[in-house]
Amino acid sequence: MLPADLTRSATALAAAVRARRVTARTAADHYLGRIAAHDGAVRAFLHVDPAVVRAQADALDARIARGDTAGALLGVPVAIKDNLCTTGQPTTCASKILADYRPPYDAHVVERIRAEGGVILGKTNLDEFAMGASTENSGVAASRNPHDLKRVPGGSSGGSAAAVAAGLAPLALGSDTGGSVRQPAALCGIVGHRPTYGALSRHGLIAFASSLDQVGPMALNLEDCTLLMAVIAGHDSRDSTSRPGGFDAAAARRDDALSGLRIGVPAEYHSDALDPEVRAAVRQLEDLAVGAGARLVPLSMPLTPYAIPTYYLVVTSEASSNLARFDGIRYGPRDEQQELAASYATTRRRFGDEVKRRIMLGTYALSAGYYDAYYKKALQVRARIGEEFARAFARCDVLLGPTTPTPAFPLGEKSDDPVQMYLCDVFTAPAPLAGLPALSMPCGKSKAGLPIGAQLQGPTGADARLFAVARALERRLALDLSPLEAPRGA
Amino acid sequence: MELEPTIGLEVHCQLATRSKLFCRCPADFGGLPNSRTCPVCTAQPGTLPVLNQRALELALAAGHALRCTIRETIKFDRKNYFYPDLPKGYQISQFDQPLCEWGELEFEAEKGRSKVAKIRRIHLEEDAGKALHPDGLACSLVDLNRAGVPLIEIVGMPDLASPSEASAYLQALRRTLRFAGVSECDMEKGSLRCDANVSVRPKGQPELGTKVEVKNINSFRNVERALMFEIARQSEVVARGEKVVQETRSFRDSEGTTVSMRRKEDAHDYRYFPDPDLPLFDVGRARIDAARAALPEGFAARRRRYQGDWGLSEYDARVLTEEPAIAGFFDATVAAGLAPKAAANWIQGEVLAFLGETRGEFEQLRIAPAALHALVRMEEQGELSHQAAKKVLRRMLETGDSAAAAAQALDLVQIRDSGALAGTIDAVLAAEAKIVGDYKGGKETALNALLGRAMKATKGKGDPNLIKQLLLEKLGKPGG
Repeated sequence: MLPADLTRSATALAAAVRARRVTARTAADHYLGRIAAHDGAVRAFLHVDPAVVRAQADALDARIARGDTAGALLGVPVAIKDNLCTTGQPTTCASKILADYRPPYDAHVVERIRAEGGVILGKTNLDEFAMGASTENSGVAASRNPHDLKRVPGGSSGGSAAAVAAGLAPLALGSDTGGSVRQPAALCGIVGHRPTYGALSRHGLIAFASSLDQVGPMALNLEDCTLLMAVIAGHDSRDSTSRPGGFDAAAARRDDALSGLRIGVPAEYHSDALDPEVRAAVRQLEDLAVGAGARLVPLSMPLTPYAIPTYYLVVTSEASSNLARFDGIRYGPRDEQQELAASYATTRRRFGDEVKRRIMLGTYALSAGYYDAYYKKALQVRARIGEEFARAFARCDVLLGPTTPTPAFPLGEKSDDPVQMYLCDVFTAPAPLAGLPALSMPCGKSKAGLPIGAQLQGPTGADARLFAVARALERRLALDLSPLEAPRGA
Repeated sequence: MELEPTIGLEVHCQLATRSKLFCRCPADFGGLPNSRTCPVCTAQPGTLPVLNQRALELALAAGHALRCTIRETIKFDRKNYFYPDLPKGYQISQFDQPLCEWGELEFEAEKGRSKVAKIRRIHLEEDAGKALHPDGLACSLVDLNRAGVPLIEIVGMPDLASPSEASAYLQALRRTLRFAGVSECDMEKGSLRCDANVSVRPKGQPELGTKVEVKNINSFRNVERALMFEIARQSEVVARGEKVVQETRSFRDSEGTTVSMRRKEDAHDYRYFPDPDLPLFDVGRARIDAARAALPEGFAARRRRYQGDWGLSEYDARVLTEEPAIAGFFDATVAAGLAPKAAANWIQGEVLAFLGETRGEFEQLRIAPAALHALVRMEEQGELSHQAAKKVLRRMLETGDSAAAAAQALDLVQIRDSGALAGTIDAVLAAEAKIVGDYKGGKETALNALLGRAMKATKGKGDPNLIKQLLLEKLGKPGG
């Protein structure tokens, strides 16, 4: 077993492995044991192969025994969302259409984790192809929120968020298209960051909506999130949308970020639809910031409600094209029929309802005669939303608001109502449309004990600034950020 | 009612890059099926395209060679459709903002009449793979070696008035692209493919008739065959008082006919949209200008130079500009010091004849321009007779030997030593007393017979001028 202090901090765990206080194998066995004990209830993981995990840990211990202790993540297990390609373990996007798919290569971010001594722990559950906000659209099973097993962990990176919150993994990778890192992080009470578009390579991230997809780090606290972000950020020549330059971890660890900080607070983030407990938690955070020398800048961002329709036109259009390759010809299962078109149709029945819905919506939005009214119009509104952010960031350094309108909702509550489910993204969808970085951090709990998340958004490239601000707020909040000892509400 | 056809060609040609358009797999023709593939060009989930910069340079060269306006920003779009040979379910192409627009191509519409056809656009795109349907097999096969190979599509305006004009246009286009180094343009290997849009209308009518697209024209010969058939077919439809249907038809080589593939109402909706994996990319004025500066001299400019500056005949100039490799060899031979006319004669005569006999390609020629020059210098200096020089060149072409080595090997270096020849001549004169008598009797032509005997005695290696001179010295004037 790992000492308790090492289960609360991946940073401390890496340091302990480097100092040979614990072995990588001990850490791996600890988390494999936690998964064996609790994942039956949480269902965070789709694939865990203990032999593969132990082999990685043993190889690291052998290297450490030779005196080589290089690697920022030395011996730290990392859970990987199952839409990121990994060699040696399946990658399925929680879809029947990719059942048993084994990629011939590692995603860039997975390569980076391995290069820094991290251990790939397993593949986490998601809404099929990252399409959803509750993980209920998984083609395998719905994940549960470890704070209340009757509630959703959020999505689409719900498996990664639940794994970290439940202490089944110290770190995780998610992906965020319209909030898929931040929303589950908020609902599970952990930190999740969506980087500036292009700050992380998408090489090996199975595409949902290419112009918005970003990989994102997820952790119990800001220091751990900084550690992981510093490992995975940086330019990659295999992704044409990758930005030059890396992540300034030193700037992310500055502790004077609140002094003189201009915090924008858009009125639209506090509409009547906002849960009162969420509102109260966010207001308390504002007060803390002001107490530490920050200044609040009241703003209006009237395009905020247009982000959802715009977002759903863009993502469905891109998804309809990105998912065309799943036709049964080259990989995945094939339902062979006499006619080619019938073979495609039968094979593609394996997609779940939400995926089919989005493929059809996107196909429609791109069709001759509808393109101008839907896709093209969405691109125009998308540009306007970007301009609205630019105007806001002329007046403030960061924007602060809630990550989600409510804490975690019960399983099944929204699963039959796609529009209600889409509205979960109301605060998280705008930043991706503008390519901006955004971070969700725990800022309190509801009376029922459900975590509440606050979102910080910044201008392009200001990832480190968001980390520094969140870090300063985290210290002042002084919440207990330990993982749960056991899932609750079984 | 007299009808006239209108034709426009859409030509795909494969850019002469080493690797594919968006990955690093080899792009050349051949290879075992699916041996030239990687996760990117087989569209494994999570892979992304990265533009091959060499392909962009060659596309810019094509744009310059065809005098197009070139866009400074490059934008790629996705063309969505399902087919087993299309791994991503979409082709990366350029839709509304092609790299090059509004160019022109001058070509010889008929002997002595040149014509300028407009180029509407040139865009960059990737090729699909190949679906094979072998007889007797219950399944189809897919080979993705071609998937992702870089192509440009050159869309011509409907400026062509006959099948022969279309053929001449295509020949000129091919030669222009080959001289620009853009593409091999080899129809047999599929690096040049041609579709034709053709319509007929009453002579004098300003509006065009209904357009039919003819696909699968897979050889130069078939351009004219396919168009002649299609024009005749459409003319018959009109003559019957019916309307031509807008459709895509496929040319059938074996029958020389076209058959309907799909009608307009069955046309795909390709749902083009900007490829989010390839952000707008600034080509930059400097790069466009650099591509223009680097453009090799075109065949038309070379013809003008060969005729105007070097005084070659039009025929010579044409033959020498048939292929860029021939023109390049010719220029290099002249640059090595050989007179243009002599270089032209040797290349057209012996070199091309050799390639014709051996069905060889100029690119595989085993001799260097300097070697040809060295050979001609041996002849000029009298070391080789003209006939011997031809034999030596033949050997050089066969073996790659230098001129001196080939002459040595064939033992053809001329004997130009009067001392060495004197003995041979004395022997001939002694043996051919009758001919000598004829000569002395006044028969002038007898000297040639003696010369022939002497040449034979030297196995053809004696310098004939020297032998003649020595004979005259020994025999004096005829009848004398």
